[in-house]
Amino acid sequence: MSRLYVSRNPRVAARILDGEMMIMSGRDSSLFTLNRTATILWQSADGVTPLERIVEQRICPEFDVEPAQALQDAETLARELASHEIMQISEEPIPQSGFSPGAGR
Amino acid sequence: MIGVLEEVTAKALRLNVPLAVQLDITYRCNERCVHCYLDHHDHGEMTTPEILRLIDEMADAGVLTLTLSGGEIFLRKDLFEIVEHARRLTFCVKLKTNALLIGAREAARLRDLAVQEIQVSIYSHRPEVHDSITLVPGSLKRSLSAIRFLKAQDLKVVMANVLMRQNMSDYAAVKDLAEEIGVEFTLDPTITPMMDGNRSILSLGADADTLRDVFRDSVVVGDVDEFCAIPSDTGEANLDSRPCSAGHTTCYVSPYGDVFPCVQFPLPTGNVRRERFVDIWRHSSQMNEVRSIRLKDLPTCSSCSHAGACTRCPGLAYMEGNMRGPSSQDCQKSFARTGIPSANMLAKQQRAASINLVQIRPLSAPVSSSVAGAMA
Repeated sequence: MSRLYVSRNPRVAARILDGEMMIMSGRDSSLFTLNRTATILWQSADGVTPLERIVEQRICPEFDVEPAQALQDAETLARELASHEIMQISEEPIPQSGFSPGAGR
Repeated sequence: MIGVLEEVTAKALRLNVPLAVQLDITYRCNERCVHCYLDHHDHGEMTTPEILRLIDEMADAGVLTLTLSGGEIFLRKDLFEIVEHARRLTFCVKLKTNALLIGAREAARLRDLAVQEIQVSIYSHRPEVHDSITLVPGSLKRSLSAIRFLKAQDLKVVMANVLMRQNMSDYAAVKDLAEEIGVEFTLDPTITPMMDGNRSILSLGADADTLRDVFRDSVVVGDVDEFCAIPSDTGEANLDSRPCSAGHTTCYVSPYGDVFPCVQFPLPTGNVRRERFVDIWRHSSQMNEVRSIRLKDLPTCSSCSHAGACTRCPGLAYMEGNMRGPSSQDCQKSFARTGIPSANMLAKQQRAASINLVQIRPLSAPVSSSVAGAMA
């Protein structure tokens, strides 16, 4: 498995509601909710931290999961979020250019 | 199956979270629309730091959608600073504007900031009609030019058409114009009384015949049979329903920091210059009173045959004198849709009839035959 980088799409709107992230697509205003694991992934997706390090440092300590399985699940999730254009994924670090919103409170 | 929006709304209601806020950042305007309800003088607008702090508080309170409106928002020199701050805090930002001050550069900036939606008021496709409503010569041409700049940036634009006597034959052509440019269209038949309570501008609203015709135009309402269907019985579940989202998941903040349940519901609940936004939202007795009202608590409307399908606006009812009372404009809409008078309309008819019976006339005046007949 190659190293992956993930970044929040700067064109979406996002807010935490009861520990779970609500995300509104900038493309078509579709609304998504992320569970607590996905919310941690979203908040950590800064474009420069590799996905495997996010899983190792932020997800595994929080949830009782096998690191390999957790990484596989995280990659599946990241690709799904990317298909909705609410996350960007790349095999290279993703530089933040121009306007760059935060992770959402 | 419950949709994501319904799920989020249900959770926000349970947790008492305001999901959406309309913030008017100025009442000043560069148009003078004949139907406008605002006082355009500046009585002490919030400063830039006050607005940015308020936006911080709204983010902390859980607000996702922030609609910036006015007045004309582009008259504030700090508009882009406000929008950028809101976007940095990942709000879904929507704008309402007449777009007179939007050129190619402003449109590109809005695109960079990923503004979700820009609503532009277009009253007619005919300059002589639109400009006679805004009282600004050349305003239609400038607004349409701005819409094209926004569209060129791939921004979502909505043409908002307020239905009035002056433009009641033009809405279909405005909708065609929107389609031609490739933007969305919305039609609003509601005229709001002025902020000082003056209701004279309501006479500008479309008459009953026009409303009836508009509500039978499939271009506007889609399925006419469904839209104009005779209302079914109001079930027990409906009687426990909330009148609308005002005060439940949405609210409104004026340029002076006053918080209201909705832009159309001028019940003061607090001021963000004196209290934190979230404290007003959670603890204001007025906000909690609005929140407590269910359909079954409305003395006239709960027994109305339209209760289950009515668009009753509690703010318009409040402006008529009672937030638990009927909103006459919505009664007229229900009547225009179905031909069935509302409970409020029937009660008014009964009151008018009974007034005839007890009419007091000067002793010297002859008693009319109808009154005499009724008294006999």
